[in-house]
Amino acid sequence: MAASMGQQWVLVEMVQAFYEAPTYHLILEGILILWIIRLLFSKTYKLQERSDLTPKEKEELIEEWQPEPLVPPVSKDHPALNYNVVSGPPSHKITVNGKECINFASFNFLGLLDNERVKNAAQASLSKYGVGTCGPRGFYGTFDVHLELEERLAKFMRTEEAIIYSYGFATIASAIPAYSKRGDIVFVDEAACFAIQKGLQASRSNIKFFKHNDMADLERLLKEQEIEDQKNPRKARVTRRFIVVEGLYVNTGDVCHLPELVKLKYKYKVRIFLEESLSFGVLGEHGRGVTEHFGIKMDDIDLISANMENSLASIGGFCCGRSFVIDHQRLSGQGYCFSASLPPLLAAAAIEALNIMEENPGIFHVLQQKCKKMHTALKGIPGLRVIGQSLSPALHLQLEESTGTRDSDMRLLKEIVDYCMNRGIALTQARYLDKEEKYLPLPSIRVVVTVEQTDLELDKAASLIREAAESVLN
Amino acid sequence: MKRGPENLGGQPRANGCSFSKHGAGGGLKNGYVRGSAGADTHSQIHRIVHNGGLYKRPFNEAFEETPMLVAVLTYVGYGVLTLFGYLRDFLRYWKIEKCHHATDREEQLDFVPLYQDFENFYTRNLYMRIRDSWNRPICSVPGARVDMMERVSHDYNWTFKYTGKVIKDVINMGSYNYLGYTQNTGPFSEAASKVLSQYGVGVCSTRQEMGNLDKHEELETLVARFLGVESAMAYGMGFATNSMNIPALVGKGCLILSDELNHASLVLGARLSGATIRIFKHNNMQSLEKLLKDAIVYGQPRTHRPWKKILIVVEGVYSMEGSIVRLPEVIALKKKYKSYLYLDEAHSIGALGPSGRGVVDYFGLNPEDVDVMMGTFTKSFGAAGGYIGGKKELIDYLRVHSHSAVYATSLSPPVVEQIIASIKCIMGEDGTTIGKQRIQQLSENTRYFRRRLKEMGFIIYGNEDSPIIPLMLYMPAKIGAFGREMLKRHIAVVVVGFPATPIIESRARFCLSAAHTKEILDIALKELDEVGDLLQIKYSRHRLVPLLDRPFDETTYEETED
Ligand SMILES: Cc1ncc(COP(=O)(O)O)c(C=O)c1O
Ligand SMILES: Cc1ncc(COP(=O)(O)O)c(C=O)c1O
Repeated sequence: MAASMGQQWVLVEMVQAFYEAPTYHLILEGILILWIIRLLFSKTYKLQERSDLTPKEKEELIEEWQPEPLVPPVSKDHPALNYNVVSGPPSHKITVNGKECINFASFNFLGLLDNERVKNAAQASLSKYGVGTCGPRGFYGTFDVHLELEERLAKFMRTEEAIIYSYGFATIASAIPAYSKRGDIVFVDEAACFAIQKGLQASRSNIKFFKHNDMADLERLLKEQEIEDQKNPRKARVTRRFIVVEGLYVNTGDVCHLPELVKLKYKYKVRIFLEESLSFGVLGEHGRGVTEHFGIKMDDIDLISANMENSLASIGGFCCGRSFVIDHQRLSGQGYCFSASLPPLLAAAAIEALNIMEENPGIFHVLQQKCKKMHTALKGIPGLRVIGQSLSPALHLQLEESTGTRDSDMRLLKEIVDYCMNRGIALTQARYLDKEEKYLPLPSIRVVVTVEQTDLELDKAASLIREAAESVLN
Repeated sequence: MKRGPENLGGQPRANGCSFSKHGAGGGLKNGYVRGSAGADTHSQIHRIVHNGGLYKRPFNEAFEETPMLVAVLTYVGYGVLTLFGYLRDFLRYWKIEKCHHATDREEQLDFVPLYQDFENFYTRNLYMRIRDSWNRPICSVPGARVDMMERVSHDYNWTFKYTGKVIKDVINMGSYNYLGYTQNTGPFSEAASKVLSQYGVGVCSTRQEMGNLDKHEELETLVARFLGVESAMAYGMGFATNSMNIPALVGKGCLILSDELNHASLVLGARLSGATIRIFKHNNMQSLEKLLKDAIVYGQPRTHRPWKKILIVVEGVYSMEGSIVRLPEVIALKKKYKSYLYLDEAHSIGALGPSGRGVVDYFGLNPEDVDVMMGTFTKSFGAAGGYIGGKKELIDYLRVHSHSAVYATSLSPPVVEQIIASIKCIMGEDGTTIGKQRIQQLSENTRYFRRRLKEMGFIIYGNEDSPIIPLMLYMPAKIGAFGREMLKRHIAVVVVGFPATPIIESRARFCLSAAHTKEILDIALKELDEVGDLLQIKYSRHRLVPLLDRPFDETTYEETED
């Protein structure tokens, strides 16, 4: 439904353009409209008519046309076709392809996935509400649990309002096009994750990429834009600008330079959208993310988005910020309006996970210690390079030297992964769609640190990876 | 435009024929006038016979035309509301009327405004008046009856306060609970509960990395078997199933032919794919055929290179119209023009067909004739998520290239278990006949409810077998009045207006469920009868003109290219 909504807003934009146009323009356009009406009524007007083809020729063309197959064939041993099979829960101890391993692959940073309290809360919700919601938020899909979760998230993040989505990916991908429209400008980091890229594409805005975490490059683009604006102030007055960054980049394990970004924000009057899927529940003394980490006021960030699929170990995502900003998504966030709401048991699990986070703020410190330890232990493995900062719970191991092609690099990394997997450490390569990514990251193994991993297990993993690298890369 | 009833099969007739005898509406729909398309009747009669033969069952779909007086009054209503809106905006500007809406931060007032003022005009002046009819919070299972949280507003719907009271046992005609599988007791929730204890709720990884659980594979095998296709893949959200998989199937140089009323997720997926999009009139096979023919004959714009492939995108049951796709004709066209078919069964899977296998089952067709069988688990199965089924090559390709498989967290295990349990029940594999009975019950409820509403004199849209029943309200003032009056009588209904519907076609929508008993339906019908008289919305003049008159303008040619 509401397929026509897009067109409706185009209409709105037209009306708005109408207000801003100079008078001679309007007169000219008025004459044009009269002309078009004349053409329409004169009945000689035919679109798309190419009468130089006889019906028979047309038939022949239709007969001859051969489409491509719907999908090209995929070879049976394509590396991405044959998934690992996890039997049982994907928790700290995990059974992959029949082998018991310690999990260094899932984003279960706080180990809440198989937490009994979380499970009990979900059970209670299940026995009250069942599983599905059978409707979008607008149409009897709003449960008291959703309202509670939104309130709790807003309070936890110390913002006015929060809004939840039923799918992590859809959160930022819906939020961006709710604000940024055709003609607006978005400055975005080259390393931005795929969900951000899709949100930007859906917005049809002007997109300017700056070099990863390079504030000078961002400022260069902002300055260029400023000069552009001075040439055309009328247009500049209605062109919204946004900076979209990640708190902790999932593709690189780097933390964004938030203090500098906030300075640039006020200097160039650009709004900041911050995607915190990896940093929420990880950075900061209370796990509030990168704002807390840097001591930045929440109000300085226009919109924060994160999913509840990593630290909170549930499903879905949320955006938070001032009501002025967030409330708009309740009518304009596509993934919010046009999709069934989050199953209540998943919302209940997220609430309980928040409770646990609030009751044990020490947990974030523990996680940090483990991240540092792992980072140090992985450094200096011959042939492998550690990518990411030491406070990131997701680190990337890249080949120090490429073998020449992406495929053969991937194959080498896969051998390392398999080596470890056979010896009880579950790892995974970071997966990307090679042809879809704007700036395709180099092949890597993504190592995830969680609070459940003991020092012993961290040591074991690190030395196993070293062993694997030595055996595979030599 | 006037949309007459159509009766295919028994008395074969095609859609879109224009033995054009324009009714009182005079070609008025959605506020603009279309030329009459009364051209070559001869070839159309030919088509009629031809198409009639495709249907194995009667296809009764009626769209009574909007009465002229109602249309005029509706426009007047919007006119008055708009004028008042401007007046109130003027008063707000001069601070005579209190301004309720939130504003940007002081520090950011010199930024380019986040919203265009015009965008909010509609929200501020029309939506706010009737906002209480949406987002009503509930606090129980969304079954046949539902408990709702009472809320009040002291500032004309700008904010709501919860009184703490619960409105008990409201009859639920709003949830998409077609087969009544949303339950908090019984085998389904017990199965889900067991899996929840074992697996927890999250997965914390994607299918391609470390989130491919044995449960997911079990589900996919079952879904493939249920649909009668070679292979299937499941995703965490129905919306994203469309928006993240269509781009994997088509791209630049491909053409998407999309029904004008397709769901937002299909539209988004089509846009993200980079393919050229052309829109055909809702369920209008003439319009579709013309687009297909033109596309192949003329090729791509400017270069006239042939299209790489053509994908027709349709839904099984349209959620605002209650219409059922003319699948036999679509399949015939798709075969004739060598294009591919993407069928979104969000509202039809489980809800249609003698064995609940959706619109393909309903028409007795072969699932292999549909290239991409998409659907969601949110509705009939009482869970969450979506699936795509089809040939093994298709699913293998998606396992490698689907955006969801690579970047999105996989389905929650207890949700998966709910789906497995409900599909098994529908298929009778749980050893009971509950599944069969529910399908039967839903179809009886649908026919009964539709018949009774029609007899009462309401204008009802859609197919006689569609469990989605739109009841036309037309005027903006009646949207809020109807929603409130029904809630007062303890019946929860969905009301929709612009922009979800054309501006004058505001409506209420009932979703029938197998969980509704005859007693519940009779209570609802009795109240509806009274409310219908009270609000004077029994517009029907029972002028079900036997001719089909859904002309489409030959020169209408919409195209989106990004
Ligand atoms: C207020 C509101 N909520 C939700 C929706 C979503 O509708 P659907 O059930 O078709 O996804 C709409 C449709 O426009 C709406 O107007
Ligand atoms: C046709 C269609 N496709 C997809 C969806 C989205 O499904 P979900 O609610 O599971 O995201 C809907 C839901 O309203 C729909 O009507």
